Amino acid sequence: MKIRLLAGLLALGLAAAGCGGAKVEEPSSSAAPKAQGSASSAGTVKIAINPWVGYEASANVVAYLLKNELHYDVQLPEIKEQLAWEGFETGDVDVIIENWGHPDLAKKFIEEKKVALSAGSTGNKGVIGWYVPKWMADKYPDITDWKNLNKYASLFKTSESGGKGQLLDGDPSYVTNDEALVKNLKLDFKVVTGGSEAALLKSATQAQEQKKALLFYFWTPHWLFDKVDLVRVNLPPYTQGCDSDPKKVACDYAELDLDKIVSKKFADTGGKAYDLVKNFSWTNEDQNAVANDMTNAGMTGEQAAKKWVEANTAKWQAWIPK
Amino acid sequence: MSTTAVTTPSRLRVPRWAVPAGIAVLFAVAYLVFRGTGTLPHDKSAPQFLALTDLREWIDDHRNSNPLFLYFLNYIRIFVGSVYTAFQVGLYALGWPGLIGVMGALAWLAGGWRIALLALAGVGSFGVLGLWQSSVDTLALVAASVLLSLAIGIPLGVWAGLSPRVRRAIMPVLDVMQIMPTFAYLAPLVLFFHIGAPAGAIATMIYSIPPAIRITALAIEQVSPTAVEASSSLGATGRQTLFKVYLPLARSTMALAVNQTIMMALSMVVIANLISAPGLGGDIIRGLSRAQVGIMLPAGIAIVIMAVVLDRMLVALARKNPHHRIGGARLIPAAVLAAAGLALTPLLPAEWPEGWTVNFVVQVNDAVHWAETSWYGVTTFVKDVTTSLLLNPLEDLLTSAPWWLIAAAALLLAWCVSGVRPALTALGCLLAIALLGIWEHAMQTLTTVAVAVLVTLVIGLLLGVAAARSSRYSAVQRPILDAAQTMPAFVYLLPALALFETTRFTAIFASVIYAVPPVVRLVEDGIRAVPATVVEAAAAAGSTSGQLLWKVQLPMARRAILLAANQGIVMTLAMVVVGGLVGAGALGYDVVVGFSQRTDFGMGFVAGIATVLLGVMLDRITQGADRRPSPQRRKTT
Repeated sequence: MKIRLLAGLLALGLAAAGCGGAKVEEPSSSAAPKAQGSASSAGTVKIAINPWVGYEASANVVAYLLKNELHYDVQLPEIKEQLAWEGFETGDVDVIIENWGHPDLAKKFIEEKKVALSAGSTGNKGVIGWYVPKWMADKYPDITDWKNLNKYASLFKTSESGGKGQLLDGDPSYVTNDEALVKNLKLDFKVVTGGSEAALLKSATQAQEQKKALLFYFWTPHWLFDKVDLVRVNLPPYTQGCDSDPKKVACDYAELDLDKIVSKKFADTGGKAYDLVKNFSWTNEDQNAVANDMTNAGMTGEQAAKKWVEANTAKWQAWIPK
Repeated sequence: MSTTAVTTPSRLRVPRWAVPAGIAVLFAVAYLVFRGTGTLPHDKSAPQFLALTDLREWIDDHRNSNPLFLYFLNYIRIFVGSVYTAFQVGLYALGWPGLIGVMGALAWLAGGWRIALLALAGVGSFGVLGLWQSSVDTLALVAASVLLSLAIGIPLGVWAGLSPRVRRAIMPVLDVMQIMPTFAYLAPLVLFFHIGAPAGAIATMIYSIPPAIRITALAIEQVSPTAVEASSSLGATGRQTLFKVYLPLARSTMALAVNQTIMMALSMVVIANLISAPGLGGDIIRGLSRAQVGIMLPAGIAIVIMAVVLDRMLVALARKNPHHRIGGARLIPAAVLAAAGLALTPLLPAEWPEGWTVNFVVQVNDAVHWAETSWYGVTTFVKDVTTSLLLNPLEDLLTSAPWWLIAAAALLLAWCVSGVRPALTALGCLLAIALLGIWEHAMQTLTTVAVAVLVTLVIGLLLGVAAARSSRYSAVQRPILDAAQTMPAFVYLLPALALFETTRFTAIFASVIYAVPPVVRLVEDGIRAVPATVVEAAAAAGSTSGQLLWKVQLPMARRAILLAANQGIVMTLAMVVVGGLVGAGALGYDVVVGFSQRTDFGMGFVAGIATVLLGVMLDRITQGADRRPSPQRRKTT
């Protein structure tokens, strides 16, 4: 009896399924939240939020314009870099507003799966590197050459670094070759993950104010360079392709042209919203201004975006599709 | 240890402490001799990790073509996803006034005007906190996963309650599921169900099903056999007996099952954000990654409020007399509430008005900043002393000792405390961890857990004893413990992060405050359960109150205390792993990295398995409390 029932159910299920089977990309997730939007909404755009303030600044400015100029609903789900790429496939993400390279993901999701595509540069140049506070570079002038780092390793010891020097990293999701670099350059250091951009900012500020030793992972564009004097440590210079095998990397980070990635679906059906995202392009200074307001002036992303939009009408009007 | 006590009279007198001390010396010597050999250092690119990462890539490439996915797993995903979407659309369609009204009405039906008021205020507070949308997403996710969990859990529970054979088959599985740290569920789910809300709902379901099954089974078992016999002797069919006798009689305990399921679901939905599930978890993660307690606190409060409202509603429902029909006295105000809410929906703005929200992000951040700077001396001192005196030396010991020495020590310890079979299980778990290639990180996590458990037990014993000896103190402490146990684990990261930044100590602090309440409770109950006659007899024989405690009450409460240790360890492990988000490193961090860096997926997956193995091992080492007769008790009886 039970078995027959089960078989019946199974047959029914298969019949209902037709012969196609089910694929992962279902449209349900993008349709749902519309319910709460206003009747006049042109649609919903989901911009993933990656965990650093420069990214948030770009996302908030685009979101502000989408909302107030084009009347879209905008969602800003907190999804980290690599998961956001997967979100193109599941429909959880429409836009990554600032993508840092990720050639492997681009190959997979743009070339192979064809669920995403690049929407052009953000106008920002991104550079990752290792930094020390300026007082250290003044006191130990040769510290800015990686070859001398081992000599000073003991300065960088902390309770978390297990007897070696500490190299402080940011969020676990960030683009980083640091473990491979430490290993391949035979540095007497341990990569300690601070867990967030905030941890890096705090440590950098303390390092300047209290003259503490600090070697840390950081990047431009960032407002911090206007507040804290930092000096970059020179790793073996980047050459084309020297970072192609993540395990064998022994060279500095490349300068990246940051770009916007959108889901294929958004590119096809996003209409004006997609055009705005495609047209969006600004300078490092623009981003730093908004990011600085968000971090140091106590503004929310929306307030900081509003302030920038009101002061830079000429710039953003060029992005609005006709 | 107990053997010495039994065999001493027949042989030359060996002091009780000699054998354990000798063994300890033996281990110390072995450690000194073999130190640094037989260690298993962590290798990020071990072949088994890479193989799993490749498997994941392969699955991702074939998710839409492999029959297993095409005809089975993807349907589950879509089904769960559509249940979630249905709830989400439904809840949004009510509009915010409507949802508040309907929740108030349900609460009134469940427990009268007091609960209704609580529900109105509670649901309204989501908007006041400025978290309406995230809260509704979370509510939808909880509702979907609880509904599905109960749809699976209650029938299974009833079956297990009726058939001892099924119970014997299911219970060990549930045991393992319940000591699995929340993090361990996520990686396999990503493998099979991708990311997003459906995967989050499935993770939540798996986490919240065990209590549903277990408590339902218990409820059915507890139904008086006379009632069942009476029913069947009157000629009721099995079906009738089930629906007319078992289920009505087991009703109030089963409401507890629903309650527990919801509480478990609430603590999981937050973590599910790591795999892109929507809701309040996002706000907490946002706060974590900005290191701003001000962002996390409202989300934490919203989750606690949600837990309290749902908890009170269900408790009220469970207490209600089943034969008492819902009369007009409740139906009318409930209907009025719901109607009023729904009627207001079209009149009020579609979104919660911004002017009605209270934003205290800046104030909280300022307060935290103040605490940070003014307590900096104390917090840093506590952190540094614990780290350099306990954490670092112990970690050093565990990571530099040969693996076989640690395995032998674990085997011996489990044997002494719990017996042969648990000892072998514990050994098996350790060996599996070694084979998986994640030994070093497992030992680091073990260190953190050990230190946290030590602190938890010391505090738990102190507070538990204090509460057992003073009823007045206990009356003050109880409600605090009750409240603490309703809160989802995640919330405890907040104060820890505010005070200690991101270090291993932060995770220890969080897990101590998470695990202390149940330990206190078990210790207090254990001491209170010591028969009054025994206590009186000891007092009459002239014991001081200190002697009474050390010689009578604590030894007799040994079982309860060991049970408390067991609970404390399991909870601490769960929290230490979650602490990977706030700097605890090791296994928890591996799991986090596994989700954020595709190339490390395999390592995160294995780390998830290792936490389970570690949990089973620690549980087996301490679970003997229930089974083995304690030597002390043998003496006293």
